[in-house]
Amino acid sequence: IFFFYSIHLLHTADNAGQFFSSGHTNNWAVLVCTSRFWFNYRHVANTLSVYRSVKRLGIPDSHIVLMLADDMACNHRNPKPATVFSHKNMELNVYGDDVEVDYRGYEVTVENFLRVLTGRLPPSTPRSKRLLSDDRSNILIYLTGHGGNGFLKFQDSEEISNVELADAFEQMWQKRRYNELLFIIDTCQGASMYERFYSPNLMALASSQVGEDSLSHQPDLAIGVHLMDRYTFYLLEFLEDIHPASKTNMNDLFKVCPKSQCVSTPGHRTDLFLRDPGSVLITDFFGSVRKVEITMETINLTDPIKQVEQRKYSYVDQLPVSEIIHQKPKQKDWHPPDGFILGLWTLILLVFFKLYGMKHLKHIF
Amino acid sequence: MGLLSDPNRRRALISLLTRLNSPICVVCYMAGVAWFMGLAFEPFTLRTYMSENAMGSTMVEERFPAGERALTTGREFSAHKKKAGGMPVDWLVKTMQARGLEVFTQRFSRKLPFPDENKERYMVKGTNVYGILRAPRAPRTEALVLSAPCTPGDSNNQAVGLLLGLAQYFRNQIYWAKDIIFLVNEHDLIGMQACITFSPDSCRGGSIQAALSLELSSDVITSMDLVLEGLNGQLPNLDLANLFYAFCQKIGVLCTIQGKLQRNDWDSVSGYSHSVQTMMLMVMKQASGRPWGDHGLFLRYHIEAASIKGINSFRQYKTDVTTIGRLLEGMYRKLNNLLERLHQSYFFYLMPSLSHFVSIGYYMPAFGLLAVILLLRALDLWVQLATPPPRTEDGITDKEQVSSPGVLSVLTPLVISHLTGVALYTLPIQFQEMAVEQFPVSETEAVVLTAIGVYTAGLALPHNTHRLLSGEGTEQGWRVLKLVAVLYLAVLLGCTALINFSLGFILALTLVPVAAFVTPHVPKVLSAFILVILSPACTLLFSVFFFQELQELPVSFQEGWLLYLSVISQGILDHFLYGSLVYPLIALLVYPCWLLFWNILFWK
Repeated sequence: IFFFYSIHLLHTADNAGQFFSSGHTNNWAVLVCTSRFWFNYRHVANTLSVYRSVKRLGIPDSHIVLMLADDMACNHRNPKPATVFSHKNMELNVYGDDVEVDYRGYEVTVENFLRVLTGRLPPSTPRSKRLLSDDRSNILIYLTGHGGNGFLKFQDSEEISNVELADAFEQMWQKRRYNELLFIIDTCQGASMYERFYSPNLMALASSQVGEDSLSHQPDLAIGVHLMDRYTFYLLEFLEDIHPASKTNMNDLFKVCPKSQCVSTPGHRTDLFLRDPGSVLITDFFGSVRKVEITMETINLTDPIKQVEQRKYSYVDQLPVSEIIHQKPKQKDWHPPDGFILGLWTLILLVFFKLYGMKHLKHIF
Repeated sequence: MGLLSDPNRRRALISLLTRLNSPICVVCYMAGVAWFMGLAFEPFTLRTYMSENAMGSTMVEERFPAGERALTTGREFSAHKKKAGGMPVDWLVKTMQARGLEVFTQRFSRKLPFPDENKERYMVKGTNVYGILRAPRAPRTEALVLSAPCTPGDSNNQAVGLLLGLAQYFRNQIYWAKDIIFLVNEHDLIGMQACITFSPDSCRGGSIQAALSLELSSDVITSMDLVLEGLNGQLPNLDLANLFYAFCQKIGVLCTIQGKLQRNDWDSVSGYSHSVQTMMLMVMKQASGRPWGDHGLFLRYHIEAASIKGINSFRQYKTDVTTIGRLLEGMYRKLNNLLERLHQSYFFYLMPSLSHFVSIGYYMPAFGLLAVILLLRALDLWVQLATPPPRTEDGITDKEQVSSPGVLSVLTPLVISHLTGVALYTLPIQFQEMAVEQFPVSETEAVVLTAIGVYTAGLALPHNTHRLLSGEGTEQGWRVLKLVAVLYLAVLLGCTALINFSLGFILALTLVPVAAFVTPHVPKVLSAFILVILSPACTLLFSVFFFQELQELPVSFQEGWLLYLSVISQGILDHFLYGSLVYPLIALLVYPCWLLFWNILFWK
């Protein structure tokens, strides 16, 4: 049974109202890089930049599941071993000395990713490899790699489709594994990956629309590869300005990397999200903010707590999804009706046989 | 009823085939030649592009600084080479060890079947020296090779100097994921052959992914030439040529292929003829089947290899050794990023210029059109053999008569032609001692002249065979023989073109007209003359002159003849030393085939 509480305050302090508006109590992050090989250095650098920001803003390693498909820092071709840089001229080493990679190398597979999301892991899996979220967790999911229209390539040999991803999120919703979920993807044609979502409380961002490629940012001439993708580069720049007490909200995040900087058009999807994006703080997903406010004033809770919503929901239908979501009607190509095509071909055959006579019939059969 | 099972329609088709056979053959031949010439026309070619993903978008700033020091090392090498009178093995070993490489030497000796007059050697003894730069952090599973030849005299000293300079620079870097083998081979190809075949597990490195051979004989250069053709006409993966071209453009060095510069005016006649010349040079070099650089022997082992030559001509703009070092450094860093062997781009191609190429799908139809002529002729003969001759009155007995001499009269010329071929293959080497005793010639000349002698002796065969054979040849007999010969030639040329397109195409150009038009009924003297002109030996003679013309070094008839003799001796030597297949192919298969047609011409 799921209750909404509304607390009446005698003060005009809006802070208290905003204080409980988000409804989450803990933060998790699942950061995945799906490409291997040296020339995909930038995907690992992307993931590590988001990891760095998320850690800096307060989410601890125990609440981060970091999946890196290849080891760039210790690759034989890296002229600066044990480092992964995100800015050219080696300004920022995102690898650092306290990186904890949970899934490494060949362990990054579609199966493992989906098991992490849905929680169906074998009992021997260590805690660091599990997503132990509950119904009050806000989860950030970041994916990067090579993708296409409706799929994301894992490790050069398999793919995850947008339908699978949407179903995995629905499973998470039904198992009450998240409160709100922010999904960011930086691949070519990334917007196709969030087209099929249908579970509530999902917000999605992508670096490019269907039919567009996400471009890489800048090569480093000493290391010899592209260091970052454009979208994540500007995302990192944006996040470097965020500190745990920032009040920046999601609308600012949607403005990151406009077409002039990114060449591709970033997209976002908020129709499944119940709150207004303008009221969602960046730190709701990227940080782990303890909600503590010290006040010397007394608050009199004189009115009894009233149940606002009287409806009881069954386990599955915790939220009437169909009432909330307005799915976009699927664009189907128009085909002429089947009967029409059949009639047309019959007409053609009859005309042919009339003109040339029935003796040709035996040549065909 | 279907097209072929309806007798009326079949008769119509067959009469069409027999009536129009000669015109169709001529049209196909013209079309084949025109298609081949059209390959060099730039709108029909594709621009080269890098196919391998791992080598694609990576780019580094090359930082090789030590060009001058490389030249000094080269001068030291030259001095020690003069003092040692050959390869200065001890000095090389010491220098490579000082640069931190693991050094190995390999002694080899080889006795040629007869003395090589071009390079003046007969019993060859030498030493190869190679140093391995181990990758600092990688397992020893893959390797790259950089080699420079040690030639007597003043050439290639700068190449060895640059090789040692690069070795020192590479040793100080930590980003190598593959071992790099620096090889200095003595006696060019013989040494290379020894290195590749006789030392276990490919020169004690891991599996070799790519190899470059460097030839540099001057302190400054004006252009760099890329040589791709290897043994038996095998070519390295096109990505290696693309890599070279990409770096030439990046660094700004003038690069050529076949020694010819690139031109942009493809729509003018001179521009087009320039492309044709470049392409024909490549075709000639590929058809000869010899390795045109020290890299040529690597290709058999699926090691992509190319040779880079530095050329110093009269241009004003000179490139120094540091820039060449940077070009090589860039190429090796890109090859370092490879994860698998080069396999994404084409293995069969022709290059009318360094930035354009023609792939096998585009050039094979030219050969296909020529092969179709042979098949049309075979069909025509089959039809003639199947329909009884209209002149017979007594149908049954004549038919029996005409079918019986079939097998023996066909088999005899076949066997005798092939025996002549075997004689052409074995006799020159076997009897060189006897020839030297009898005639005042050197061994090389003896071998070559014996070969020519056996070849000419084969021309006298038809008269002798017919004297041996009892019974006369018949109309049906020569038709059957020609059918067999035409199909044999078609299969032979087809297989040759698949392995070495240039050789197959050149042989097809001369032998297909022979096969198509020879019958016993054409005027004997004129067609005998034409047949000799179009025989493999004369094709070779004309090719020698043509090749010299293409290289803009035309020769007089005397010089051309001597060059021709040396080409024959080189061909025989290539076969015995490196396993080149051109000489056995011509001697054992093409020459007997041509002899069959000669037999048909003199059929009585």
